[in-house]
Amino acid sequence: MRRIGKEEIIREVKDLYKEAVISLPEDVSKALKDAFNKEEGTAKEILKQIVDNERVSLEDRIPLCQDTGIAVLFVEWGCKVIYEDGDPMDAFNEGIRLAVKEGYLRASVVEDPVFSRKNTGDNTPSIVHFEMVKSDKVKITLAPKGAGSENMSALKMLKPAEGLDGVKAFVIETVKKAGGNPCPPVIVGIGIGGNFEKAALLAKKSLLRKIGESNPNPLYAKLEKELLEDINSLNIGAMGIGGKTTALAVHIEYYPCHIASLPVAVNIQCHSARHKEVVL
Amino acid sequence: MKTHKIETPLNDNVIEKLRVGDLVLINGYVYTARDAAHKKLLELINSKLSLPFDLKGQIIYYVGPTPAPPGKVIGAAGPTTSSRMDSYTPLLLSLGLKGMIGKGQRSEEVKEAIKKYRAIYFLATGGAGALLSKHIIEAKEIAFSELGTESIKRLLLRDFPAIVGIDIYGGDIFKR
Repeated sequence: MRRIGKEEIIREVKDLYKEAVISLPEDVSKALKDAFNKEEGTAKEILKQIVDNERVSLEDRIPLCQDTGIAVLFVEWGCKVIYEDGDPMDAFNEGIRLAVKEGYLRASVVEDPVFSRKNTGDNTPSIVHFEMVKSDKVKITLAPKGAGSENMSALKMLKPAEGLDGVKAFVIETVKKAGGNPCPPVIVGIGIGGNFEKAALLAKKSLLRKIGESNPNPLYAKLEKELLEDINSLNIGAMGIGGKTTALAVHIEYYPCHIASLPVAVNIQCHSARHKEVVL
Repeated sequence: MKTHKIETPLNDNVIEKLRVGDLVLINGYVYTARDAAHKKLLELINSKLSLPFDLKGQIIYYVGPTPAPPGKVIGAAGPTTSSRMDSYTPLLLSLGLKGMIGKGQRSEEVKEAIKKYRAIYFLATGGAGALLSKHIIEAKEIAFSELGTESIKRLLLRDFPAIVGIDIYGGDIFKR
């Protein structure tokens, strides 16, 4: 058995958040540079700004985007790890709170979605997805998610008879409808199967996969490839002004589902595809 | 691609020269406002009270920046999704607002109002907040401080890069 304490969680979450908002994962950074090299005209000018922005962000330690998101955390908690410092959510939120203060991040969370819409002032609470795993470690992945792309995401419970064509049509329709709003070039995360909430979670999780890696199932890998081609032929382009690169990648995750269901969730990720992980 | 260096406040002469797809470098003062500030502006207008700034000829920049770190004027300051402001925009344009900076497509009503009141819609690059902050050389909160990042701030821009998204000739960069 291992013990992990409150202070360690707070410190690690704080550092993850502060770093995640100023530096992109290498694969994302490379995909954006490739898109810049391929593009022409005004879309190239936009991609140049996006690539330059990364450098300025690192040099000046100013967040890549003013929308430093709502903090989404995926926690894989090893079943041999004991936590005895009260509610672990308190530690996660304290890490977020400190990062927002020390890192000059934006407070973008309101306490009540319908009535008061009063800003909590410190970007808490975060959204934490816990999973118990067989290990003696704790893995924390922090992905700040901005609203521009989140607002363009969608979920649909298809009829099984709609099948592959139905899945493809819904994905394309969602990306088309989003247009320039979610800050393309985007990453399109797709969750298929499970049930209502499982599909959404799969879609979100798929966004953490490295660009260039395909689904291990060749059928889904092929679908990813076809959808990416279809999306990039829509001519939405960087910021929606037209161009070759609408999406940097399409990632699909799937799960068994009910005989009567075919849930499909499309979670759109802006080009500022920020996430960072640590293993304790 | 044509590049225009423009100064605020805007007038019809400048606006008539701008066509969809043109690049602009914006100089001078602009005012920030997002949904929450627009709602408050609307309440003031409906109550016949004076606004925190005179709309005539001005540009509203749809942005909620991150706080300024020590030694900086402002934090990351890129555009937010403009369509959330669509329902408020025609009224503001009728009262003299001349320009908007944001990202993404606008409604038919906004496009009509842009034509009618001879205004202009600029796109800035979303997610380039660090880079764009370099083109903001002064920032001062002027109203609704209770809204935090969503308060109205007056920003002084220097060669702030943007693209004409909707012009007075009915041009719309998103319609292809």
